[in-house]
Amino acid sequence: MKIDRRDFLKLIGFGGVVFVSGLGSFGNLAHAVSGEEDFFFVQLSDPHWGFTDPKVNPDSTGTLKKAVAAVNSLELQPDFIMFTGDLTHTTDDDKERRKRLAGFRDIVSDLKVKSVRFMPGEHDASLDEGAAFKEFFGETHYTFDHKGVHFIVLDNVSDPGSKIGEAQLQWLSDDLKKIDKDSRIVILTHRPLFDLAPDWDWHTRDGAKAIELLMPYSSVTVFYGHIHQENHHMTGHIDHHAAMGLMYPLPAPMSLPKKIQIPWDDAKPYKGLGFRAIETKGKQSKYALTEFSVKGEKL
Amino acid sequence: MRSGKAGLFAASIMVAVCIMLIAGVFAVSAETEQVVQITAKRFEYSPKDITVKMGVPVVLEFTSLDRLHGFNCPGLGIRTDIPPKEVTRLRFVPQSAGTFPFHCDNFCGDGHEGMTGTIIVKE
Repeated sequence: MKIDRRDFLKLIGFGGVVFVSGLGSFGNLAHAVSGEEDFFFVQLSDPHWGFTDPKVNPDSTGTLKKAVAAVNSLELQPDFIMFTGDLTHTTDDDKERRKRLAGFRDIVSDLKVKSVRFMPGEHDASLDEGAAFKEFFGETHYTFDHKGVHFIVLDNVSDPGSKIGEAQLQWLSDDLKKIDKDSRIVILTHRPLFDLAPDWDWHTRDGAKAIELLMPYSSVTVFYGHIHQENHHMTGHIDHHAAMGLMYPLPAPMSLPKKIQIPWDDAKPYKGLGFRAIETKGKQSKYALTEFSVKGEKL
Repeated sequence: MRSGKAGLFAASIMVAVCIMLIAGVFAVSAETEQVVQITAKRFEYSPKDITVKMGVPVVLEFTSLDRLHGFNCPGLGIRTDIPPKEVTRLRFVPQSAGTFPFHCDNFCGDGHEGMTGTIIVKE
């Protein structure tokens, strides 16, 4: 079931109260949240460092830096920052891949918040099964806990065939067995786990197996990248939210005969590019989202 | 003697008929099976547009000229990996007419997303 952001906010009960454009500043609202379990984090996705095509993004070396500055200028800083893949644009040259990963790492080292986590996208990892990524950022799938929420980072890109793979699915199953069915779970991944648009490779070939493992758990939310645009979808009671990218937007799923990068619009520079803040309030199982442009304007 | 010759003749006729029938079956099969040879290399298929007839079995014979590729045609519900150095065959029977896009679904580099084609099924 596809839902838009307005519907989503209504659905989770935050509509008109939290993070709706035009209603107060993000910082003030965040300050209003005072419970022990309240926090927010920032999701950045698909910076594609190393990509060059002035028709698509004439500021390809400046856009990520602008986003870093925008995150740094948030009135309240997030507890942590998560990059959901395609940190770099793909290259066949192993040396160049490492050079791009190093360049990306240098830029994001300017983030004020030092708790920054990473996962690969297919551009980072599919040609070498994640070898270079691991040298820079460690494991491609892992878990961590933060203020009562169990975060699971799933890798559906190191296998070039868009698969999580049996070994990682078993790892996921084993991890889930350790937690209660009503635990709050957030999945962070690159590709959509559901069949958003298989014709455009916007799916995970064995994503249904992961969703099946997650279905018995009452509070599961998935944040992902890959499609370079905001998208909200539900599979049963599980929410799936795609984030904008930081290099070029892509068309709405299956809206064109072919998936092509949307050309730069001089009249609306950086349109379709940005990042998001994700807030959890108390023990609520749903999350409030605020989308920002690369310049830090609330959308 | 007479009946023995007649029996032998009848048996010969039967064997000949069987051979003809078997040969005929294979001939019909060969005629009605649509075999399409496709090469895959970064970042294209050749041919990229394939026309087949509805209801007639199709065999796609893939050969990769460089590395692992994939073939995925969600509209027809068929896919396969295409490893290099071997011929990969995919059999299906198109059940409805139309144009069905396919794409490489094993990431193969910058340009992978443009590695696409179409199967056109005609009535």
